[in-house]
Amino acid sequence: MSAQSEPGLLYSEEEEALRAAVRDLLTDHCDPAGVIARTESAAPHDVSLWKALCGQMGLAGLLIPEELGGQGAGHREVAVVLEELGRAVAPVPYLTSAVVATEALLGCGADDLLRDLASATTIAVLAVGLHTAPGRDIDRVRFEEGALRGELTGIADAAVADVLLVPADDGGLYAVRAAEVTVTPQVSLDLTRPLARVTLDGVTGRRLGDTEAAVRRALRAGAGLLASEQLGLADWLLTETVRYLKERRQFNRQVGGFQALKHRLARLWLEVAGLRAAARNAADALATGEDTDVAVAVAQAYAGQVAVHAAEEALQLHAGIGMTWEHPVHLYLKRAKADSIAYGTAGTHREALAALVDLQAP
Amino acid sequence: MTDAAELRRLTKELLAAHPPATTDRLDFLRARFDAGLAWVHFPQGLGGLAAPRSLQPVVDAELKAAGAPDNDPRRIGIGLGMAAPTILQYGTEEQKRRLLRPLWTGEEVWCQLFSEPGAGSDLAALGTRAVREGDGWVVNGQKVWTSSAHVARWAILIARTDPAVPKHRGITYFVCDMTDPGVEVRPLRQVTGEAEFNEVFLTDVRIPDSRRLGEIGDGWRVAQTTLNNERVAIGGTPIPREGGMIGKIAATWRERPDLRTHDLHQRLLGLWVEAEVARLTGVRLRQQLVAGQPGPEGAGMKLNFARLNQEISGLEVELLGEEGLLYDDWTMRRPELVDFTGRDAGYRYLRSKGNSIEGGTSEVLLNIVAERVLGLPAEPRTDKDVAWKDLAR
Ligand SMILES: Cc1cc2nc3c(=O)[nH]c(=O)nc-3n(C[C@H](O)[C@H](O)[C@H](O)COP(=O)(O)OP(=O)(O)OC[C@H]3O[C@@H](n4cnc5c(N)ncnc54)[C@H](O)[C@@H]3O)c2cc1C
Repeated sequence: MSAQSEPGLLYSEEEEALRAAVRDLLTDHCDPAGVIARTESAAPHDVSLWKALCGQMGLAGLLIPEELGGQGAGHREVAVVLEELGRAVAPVPYLTSAVVATEALLGCGADDLLRDLASATTIAVLAVGLHTAPGRDIDRVRFEEGALRGELTGIADAAVADVLLVPADDGGLYAVRAAEVTVTPQVSLDLTRPLARVTLDGVTGRRLGDTEAAVRRALRAGAGLLASEQLGLADWLLTETVRYLKERRQFNRQVGGFQALKHRLARLWLEVAGLRAAARNAADALATGEDTDVAVAVAQAYAGQVAVHAAEEALQLHAGIGMTWEHPVHLYLKRAKADSIAYGTAGTHREALAALVDLQAP
Repeated sequence: MTDAAELRRLTKELLAAHPPATTDRLDFLRARFDAGLAWVHFPQGLGGLAAPRSLQPVVDAELKAAGAPDNDPRRIGIGLGMAAPTILQYGTEEQKRRLLRPLWTGEEVWCQLFSEPGAGSDLAALGTRAVREGDGWVVNGQKVWTSSAHVARWAILIARTDPAVPKHRGITYFVCDMTDPGVEVRPLRQVTGEAEFNEVFLTDVRIPDSRRLGEIGDGWRVAQTTLNNERVAIGGTPIPREGGMIGKIAATWRERPDLRTHDLHQRLLGLWVEAEVARLTGVRLRQQLVAGQPGPEGAGMKLNFARLNQEISGLEVELLGEEGLLYDDWTMRRPELVDFTGRDAGYRYLRSKGNSIEGGTSEVLLNIVAERVLGLPAEPRTDKDVAWKDLAR
């Protein structure tokens, strides 16, 4: 196959420092009990955590150029933030606003909105169903006589959005203020990244540019970086399960000493090591623009099964306690399962790969 | 400090003094060794320049571009991957000078006399005896599954020198001359039809004490060097995308649309993704080594490699359908090297079954990952404080 220059798959010192800072903040402000309590409250999103991450630390602007008030960093740094947010199943709209909506706006050149996003005064959400893979057909609202009408479902984090980026049937992508639409929460499998139905009843939006390329770019970045969130989930699940099984005793032994369990955990560790390489590769490819489509498709064809496997093993190996609402493993299971559909299932990404690497279907 | 520029200069110098087109293969390899460009991280005078190991690709790329002959690492894998690092760490100056050069050039092939009929995974249980006699040792016992014994000049050998202490403590490590009287090699035919490995019978074989590696009774520790190197040898070489077995089946898929079905397509794509992820894991592992932060991923590379080789070659036989029912050649032969890529899918399928057994079974490697990487409790042991001679066999 083509000779690519070698991707950088390690973490730089700056990236490790960023990780440490985010992790510290999450340790202080995002404990599992708090996340569980929040999921059943009227405000499932943790807005104060979002403000700390994005206001104080400026993380919302990592992908936004400095001249627009952003950090001008890149996908590799964003990936590290997402790993940590995944480790904490943090209920913040980072992936949806600071990655997907930001990429869509970068694709349209909507500078004023990007400034608002960078300063974290605005949360934006792309009004495309969370399940949508890059390059797939999307639902659109009608554009009639200058007004937008219609309904879009499965829109993640719409409940906290200030601005929605809405695709319309005239091919345009419109910015619509959340106050002008009706956002109805849907009961979601993943309580920490809830979905909503968005109804537009004759709203005038502002046309930002063409939908097609901007949405494809946004979903591709979303899919590629989601792998880092999945890595964070899987890493937490493996670490916690190993810790628990060293502590838990049955039959007068630590249960982690039983070979049947040791082998399962060793296999899981191997999968997580593979996911780390694939996720780093996708982040690096998004940053350099080299080999991006293949790198993203490989990461998403692999990541879902690893994160879900890690969550399912964690629940099984925690057994009774793992089955309770009180123990956080269910938050991870729900997020992992939802993530395996978000921005395209593994099967959809494998299909994309078939065309990209010339392994055509019969 | 030898840097990349210096290595490039030295390589050019070697090529100028010994033009590959007009130089005999062995002469070239010897000259390369003497120039310190064989394995640049080895000490000066022993084929290296004490340079960082990560710079070897600089030399290799220059030489490849110039069409220089290589030392066929596939044929001398045991010597290169296992004997050499052990000799380097534990050998005397004299042993290093005598053994390393012909090992590297391939003039002398090595084999590994470790496994025995009663000691495979539990290698430390081995029963081959070495008894002190004058300035040497007399060895008696039987080894098995010995790859390349039929073409080997030398062997690394572990034998029991003290049966009265617990099994890990009474072992000593030797270099055995395979041409010595008392060494008998019998082919052991394997599932592929050929005999790549052998049984080796050792009857009153005399080994001078000067061919001992490490201290008497310290052979288990020395063997750890060999075994660790055996496991990291895999995954150590960079391969391009589709560089392993997946490339074979992908090529067949592209060339033979008549064979495609939807089920095979799904499975092929799944394995393609896993092979690519395994490749990337290898890339990351090497980058960690270069950055001086060796990660534990090495322990997993062999596990990945074994499983994927088996699944991919198995799928390929199925893909071939009617042709998959055939086999290229069952003739009993004693090959000089394992030729994975030169033969049919059926051979690859059968040979890859050995990948999860040779160099430590996958079960044993999973134990290693679980205990050393994840820190899970070790298996309960009943043999730790018992003298080897008192163990049940
Ligand atoms: C192609 C090939 C080439 C080889 N070349 C060489 C060579 O050149 N030199 C050499 O010395 N040896 C060589 N070997 C031998 C190889 O190292 C041994 O076969 C291997 O270590 C396993 O030992 P065994 O065959 O005795 O299996 P056993 O140890 O008898 O294992 C039987 C089964 O039990 C499992 N098992 C054993 N212990 C445990 C445990 N603690 N936990 C869980 N499961 C366990 C094993 O995984 C296996 O499935 C070669 C083997 C093959 C297949």
